[in-house]
Order: sequence, then C-alpha cells, then structure tokens
Amino acid sequence: MAAVTAEALEGGFARPVFQTQAVFRVLMAALAEPARPLPLPVEAAPPAPLPPGLGAVALTLLDPDTPVWLDPALAASQPVRAWLAFHTGAPVAAEPMDAAFALVVDPLRLPPLAAFAQGTAEYPDRSTTLVIAVDRFDTDPSAPLLTGPGFEAPRRFRALPERAGFQDQWAANRALFPRGVDVVFVAGGLVAGLPRSTRLAPTE
Amino acid sequence: MMDVDVNEAGLPRVVVSDPAAGFTPLSNSPPQGGRGPVGGLGEGGSETADLDGALSPLEGESGSGGEPPREGALGAVLDDDATLPTYSFAYLDEQTKRMIRRAILKGIAIPGYQVPFASREMPMPYGWGTGGVQVTAAVIGPDDVLKVIDQGADDTTNAVAIRGFFQKTAGVATTTRTGEATVIQTRHRIPERTLEAHQILVYQVPIPEPLRYLEPRETETRKLHGLEEYGLMHVKLYEDIARHGHIATTFAYPVKVEGRYIMDPSPTPKFDNPKMHRSKALQLFGAGREKRIYAVPPHTDVVSLDFEDHPFRIQSFSQPCALCAAEGVYLDEVILDDRGGRMFVCSDTDHCEERRAAGHRGALSGEAL
Amino acid sequence: MYVAVKGGEQAIAAAHRLLAHTRRGDRQVPSLTLAQIAEQLSLAVDRVMAEGSLYDRDLAALAVKQARGDLIEAIFLLRAYRTTLPRFGFSHPVETATMRVRRRISATFKDLPGGQCLGPTFDYTHRLLDPLLAGDPDLPDPARRDETTGAMPRVTDLLNDEGLIEPDPAEADVPVGDLTREPLSFPADRDLRLQALARGDEGFLLALGYSTQRGYGRTHPFVGEIRLGEVEVEIDVPELGFSVAIGRITVTECQMVTQFKGSAKVPPAFTRGYGLVFGHQERKAMAMSLVDRALRAGELGEDRVAPAQDEEFVLSHADNVQSTGFVEHLKLPHYVDFQAELDLIRRMRAEIAALQEAAE
Repeated sequence: MAAVTAEALEGGFARPVFQTQAVFRVLMAALAEPARPLPLPVEAAPPAPLPPGLGAVALTLLDPDTPVWLDPALAASQPVRAWLAFHTGAPVAAEPMDAAFALVVDPLRLPPLAAFAQGTAEYPDRSTTLVIAVDRFDTDPSAPLLTGPGFEAPRRFRALPERAGFQDQWAANRALFPRGVDVVFVAGGLVAGLPRSTRLAPTE
Repeated sequence: MMDVDVNEAGLPRVVVSDPAAGFTPLSNSPPQGGRGPVGGLGEGGSETADLDGALSPLEGESGSGGEPPREGALGAVLDDDATLPTYSFAYLDEQTKRMIRRAILKGIAIPGYQVPFASREMPMPYGWGTGGVQVTAAVIGPDDVLKVIDQGADDTTNAVAIRGFFQKTAGVATTTRTGEATVIQTRHRIPERTLEAHQILVYQVPIPEPLRYLEPRETETRKLHGLEEYGLMHVKLYEDIARHGHIATTFAYPVKVEGRYIMDPSPTPKFDNPKMHRSKALQLFGAGREKRIYAVPPHTDVVSLDFEDHPFRIQSFSQPCALCAAEGVYLDEVILDDRGGRMFVCSDTDHCEERRAAGHRGALSGEAL
Repeated sequence: MYVAVKGGEQAIAAAHRLLAHTRRGDRQVPSLTLAQIAEQLSLAVDRVMAEGSLYDRDLAALAVKQARGDLIEAIFLLRAYRTTLPRFGFSHPVETATMRVRRRISATFKDLPGGQCLGPTFDYTHRLLDPLLAGDPDLPDPARRDETTGAMPRVTDLLNDEGLIEPDPAEADVPVGDLTREPLSFPADRDLRLQALARGDEGFLLALGYSTQRGYGRTHPFVGEIRLGEVEVEIDVPELGFSVAIGRITVTECQMVTQFKGSAKVPPAFTRGYGLVFGHQERKAMAMSLVDRALRAGELGEDRVAPAQDEEFVLSHADNVQSTGFVEHLKLPHYVDFQAELDLIRRMRAEIAALQEAAE
C-alpha cells in the first residue's frame, strides 16, 4: 500500500456517526430553505487549501460511490487528494461531467455549470452537486432576490461577486429544470444551499 | 454475479445491546464462539474497532431521552467472549446512511421527483414502513424527538413496533405529542396540528408512482414524468366523474408539486392533501420496496389535481368527534354493536387527547379515557 | 361509553411470548438442534441460504428454526442480517469446471468424459412414504466414486469447442453489478438479472420456467448439464498481491442448451440459459436457467410476448421477501383509507336514492 502521511490521516471527524449526521441536517435544511446561511455545527481539519467547511461537507457526503471533481487549485494539492482519498475513499473524476460532487475553492475559475452532469429527463438526479467555497454571503438589498420551493417569501442572496457572471449561469441552469446542478456554498463556518429549483424572483 | 459472505462457524452476531444503558437485544443471540466479521472497511479509518466500545456506553453526546446513544461500528467490533456485533446508531451503517442522505438532498432539490435509492433490507417486512424507517434512520440524531403514527394513532401496533425499533437502535427520545416531535414518521395520516418549521414529516409510501395503476411499467412512467405528460391521469380522474359523478379517488389523491411533478402523497386520505401545501415542515417520503425517495421542501406548492367544473373537495363529517367534539378533523368510524350503532372519533389520537385534556368533551366521552 | 383500544405495546409483547411458546411446541419433545436442521433438513437450509443470499449453514439453520419452518420467513431473517454485514470485496467467478462433483448429469449425451453421476437424488425413487424413517434406521455406507475417474469438462465447453453453442455472452472486465447496493433500473444487464434470479423465489421461477415450456416464450430447452458439488471461493487480497481461497461452497449449476440461432451469414449455434444456486437446488437452478434464457429474448432478437420474457415483470416480482411483505401488509390497519371509501360510497348511494325518489 502506498505510504500515507500523518497529515492525510488526521483532521477527520472524531465522532463521525454523530458529526456527519449533524452536518447532514444542516445541509438538508440549507437545501430545503435555500439561500439562507446556516452555521455548520462542526468543521473538519483538512490540509490547505481545502477549507474546513468544505472538508466537513466532503466527510458527510462523499464515499467510494461518489466520483468527485476537484477544481485545479485542489487537484494540484497532493495533501488534499490524499486526505480526501483516505477519509472518504471517493474516486477523483477527471471530467466535471463524470462527477457526483465537485469541490471548488476558486469559484472565479469555475467551469460553466453546463460542464457538469445535468442529469437526464428521466433521471434528473444523475447530476453534479457543486460545493463551492466563497468569501462571504451577501443578503443586503443589492443582492439578487430569489424564490422557489423553500421560500416563504423571496430572499436576497449573493455568494459570488457579480463579475463571476453566476447569475446568468444560474438562470440557464434553472431553465433546464428538472435537470441541472445543485450548489452548496460554504463561507467560513456558514453554509447556504442553492438547489436547481431556486429562481430569480421577478422584479417589480 | 454472486457475492459470497462465507462465514464459518458464525452464529449470529445479531444484536447488540448495551445492558448498562437498558437496550434489549433485537432477538435471541446465543453466545457462541465464532469468527465474526473482520474490522471495518476502512472508511477513512473513521470508525475504530475498539473492543470495549461495543458494549459500553459512549461518553457524552447524550440524547434528549436520557439514554446515551451509541456510536456503533457496524460489525467492526468484537468482544472477546461474546462475539456480538453492534448495530450502528439507528441500525443503518454509515455508508447506507450517506447514500440515503444524498438521495434525500436530490429529492429536496427536485420537489416531487422520485429519486431511486439502494433501499436496504430492513429487519421489518417490506410494505410495513421500510422506506420511512430508512429515511428516519438517515436523518435522525441524538437530539431528536421522534413520534410515530399509523392511521393517525401512536398506539397502533405497527407504530408501536417502529417506535420501539428506534428506541432500541438509536436510543432517541420519543413522544406522542405532535408539538414536541422533531421527526414524525407516519403511515396514512398527517397530524391535525399544523406542523412547524423545525419539524420533519417522514411518510411511509407503498407505491410511490402516481401513474402506476395507469401504466404498470417503470420504463414508461419515467418517460411520462420526463416529458411532463400527465394526460393519462386527467383522463382517469375524468372517467370517474363520467361514471360516478365524482372523482372516485379518496386517498393517495394525486398532487402536483411546484407546478411540475405529479406526486403520490402516500395513502393519506385526500382530507390531508391541503396540509401539504406550503407546509412549514419538511416532508420526506420513503418507499423501501420500490426503492424511491422523494421530498417536498417547506413552503412549496402542493396542489391536488381537479377540474374547473369539479373542484377538489376534502371529506367532511356530519358530526363532531364523539370524544373531544372536534370539528373539521378526520374521523374514524367505530362500530359499537351489531344493530347499526356507531360513533365517530378523531383519527389523530394525540389531537383528541390534547383537546380532552383542555376540557373539551364529546357526546360519548367517558371517564375511562 | 366507549373505551379506545390501547396497549399495542403489551399486545405485541404478549403475542411474541405466545409465538415463542408455540414455536417450542410440546416441551416433552426435545428441542431441535441446529445441527439436526443443518444435517437433516439440508435442502431447506440450502434454499434459505440461496434466497437469503448468504452462505452460512448455521445461520440458515437458526433462521429455519426461528421461523418455525416457514422458509420465506427464514429467508427474510437471513436477508435482514445480511444487509448489516460489511462488504470486503468480490470473489472471483467460481470455477464450476473444476468443481468437486457429487452429481452430474447430462440429458444431451448418453455418455461423456467424466461420465454421468447420479449422486444424492430423489430421481427414480418411488415416492412411497417410508415407515422406517419414522425411526432412525441403520443405513449402509454409500458407495464412493473413485476420485481418479478423471476430469468432468462441462458439456457447454465441449459444445463450444466445436462452435455449436454461442460463446458465453459474459463480458470480461466489466464491473459486476449488485442489486443490493444499487437500485435496479431497466433495462437491466444480464449480471443483474442473474443475481435477481439467483435470489428469486423458487416457486415463482418454477412457474415462469414451466410457462415457457408450455409455449409462453418457448426456448426448446435441453439440459446440457446439471452439476452439484463444491467449488472454491477466491478473493483478491490487494495487500498480498494475489488471490486466496477463503472457503468452499456447495452450488448447483444448470446449463440449458436452447433454441439455435443463425442466419445466412452466421452459422447456426445453440444458445444458453444459465442457472447457479447455492446448495443443492436442482429445481431452482433449472427454473432459473429457463427464465434466464427467456429473458434474453430481446438480446437474441426474439419477440417479447410472454411473461417470462418480460424483464421488468419478472425482476420486479421475483423477490419473495418483497412480495410477501407487500401482500402481508394488507393486514395492517387501513381504516383511514377505508373510511374515505365508505364516505364516498355512502354519498354516491344517497345521491342515487335521492334521484330515484325524485323520479317517483
């Protein structure tokens, strides 16, 4: 067996059964009520440049059944690959299209959403879920107004700077519904979901 | 093609229990020497094979029920002389829970769409709530308070059995009070009390495909959903009207979710359909035998199918509950004798009890209750 | 005054106490040992292992005892245990060509290398109840075959050498599916179909196989060979870099030689139907091979017209743990839904009565 460094072995959950359950519940709430930042109850301690929040999501959702695509910044990091391999066993997907999950730490260089698996008309679930690290969440009046399932009333939310051009991509993703990708944003210790069902609210 | 679990000399390492914490075995497990399964699959080494851990309560993270839930390492733990394995917290192994959790997240992202999942064989029969049990097992944590109902009642035998299963395998707190529960698993009813934002309603679903009785082939119904081709369903409902003057579907009445997918609400009476519409609670649906999970997020449109000239109408009862005098609730008919004597009582037993505790009295309310 | 039925919990506990009591039967009669079940009801144990998908005689014997001899219940018990077991890996395909054969018959050749070997069979017994078996009669030792009789090549291999039968359609190096780990979707590949059939209900497969013989998807079957015996199970151990035998299991294999195919360009050759089952289960292996062949209709360019050829129908209903659960769930309370139906029927009857009254 390949030698495994101590760094790869450490930084997982100390109590995985309960910690993954707790993280899952927050992820479930985040996708059930999209665009509402929620605190992650626990973080992992993966090697940089994988942020702790992304590490926690990875430990919760990835396993040998889920090919994961790593953005170039992560893919270039041998310690990150070793850590993910040891703690999740998830095979690395060469192409975004083959990924069940995508981990992204450099969202400004995110491939087009359409490059990821979109599912099919009959099996729209066969799509990629992107987990994207961002700096912060904006919920101020300048942020886009979103609505859809899980919104009692429209909410303002922005995870990526406007120059990232995410808003147009998202509209295109929404237009594919029920196909399309789902996104989980992580900003520090906060997480917010953007399932494919979320759409821009009509402006008055 | 075949996978072989060769296992010499093993009598079941069937159960596990932590006597100190008051767990009881799921079945008889004669102590017997034998070679049990060898250590965990190395899921990232996250679960250690601690020889003592299996049979001793875990420190900390105590559930709200007061019993310490255990962090089981499935089959990964052997005791020197007992060779009894532990079951994981809430029975399912972690990889199974992850698989179910992923399916739940997809279901939430695509409201009303049936996500295939690798449903496991559970220690209860298919058709008796294995889908709901798997969903509950995948979401529940030590801080949850679980309520289980069948036909609206907490004390029906299958509800009792499922509640007991989670008490035994997860050590979670349970309740019969709708308002106190964080997770409610149900068969055939939605509680009368309006559900709240922090609550999760888990439905047991026998046949998740609303088009199944019109088209038995999954390969066909998948296509129909993909194309949003729901004419068959409207034709069927309209044929009812032509023949009977009514839509003859009284339960498992089809709904359209967020204007896209037609969904089976599980065999709840159509009386309960309006409760699904823009509910504050998250609604999860598990069909174990049929291997499907689907979901309705909170605040999501759930509209019962109907026609302009035959609008959807729920059942109404001509008399109030005989025990608590509630009106506008779903009632069970109870036959009192063989001379046509009958009474109508709340199907939601908790709702009825709360009303009676608050002093409401129905026509036949008795002291023994 | 009405007192609601309460105490489901006590009722369940009491029922299960009574079940244990009833299972034990007359306590003057000695309790069955698992060894007695495993040794003397070995075909019941085999069936439970096969349909339970878990090769463990002791556990299967326990399940038979716990289930009071109800084999579907025993299968269910074993499945529910199996599902909790961690998966360490996959074995290599078992090599039935090198089986230590206890029984081997071919209906297609009078004699063949290795010979015909009847083995422990009910065939040709006169089905007369044997009063001696009410006791424990002394038995003569069985005759033993000379171990040096020689190899027993498989009939299908012999036919294949001459090109008379289609090559084994199994694709090498394709990952083998597992319907206990992934939900089945249609169309299903043959590996998944065979897995479903190997776990499937013997009675269901028997009836479907029979239906093909009666013309519902006829395949002109000949029993190329049935063989029963022990095969080694080998798994790769990555740490060691080679595979190791982890044990030996008893299996029954049936290779059905069926309806030939050919065209102006492709010379005709027989086709195959395959059955492989844990333990000694000839009826199941034969039925499985008939149904496997019937399910290959699409692949072999035959019209799918009969139930046994309908993959979705067969695979969706072959599992007796699923079917017994859903059939038996009808005994759970359904009074909420029944009330909904009652309400509708009463309303419709009242409307008709009102109309009739108005007409009179």
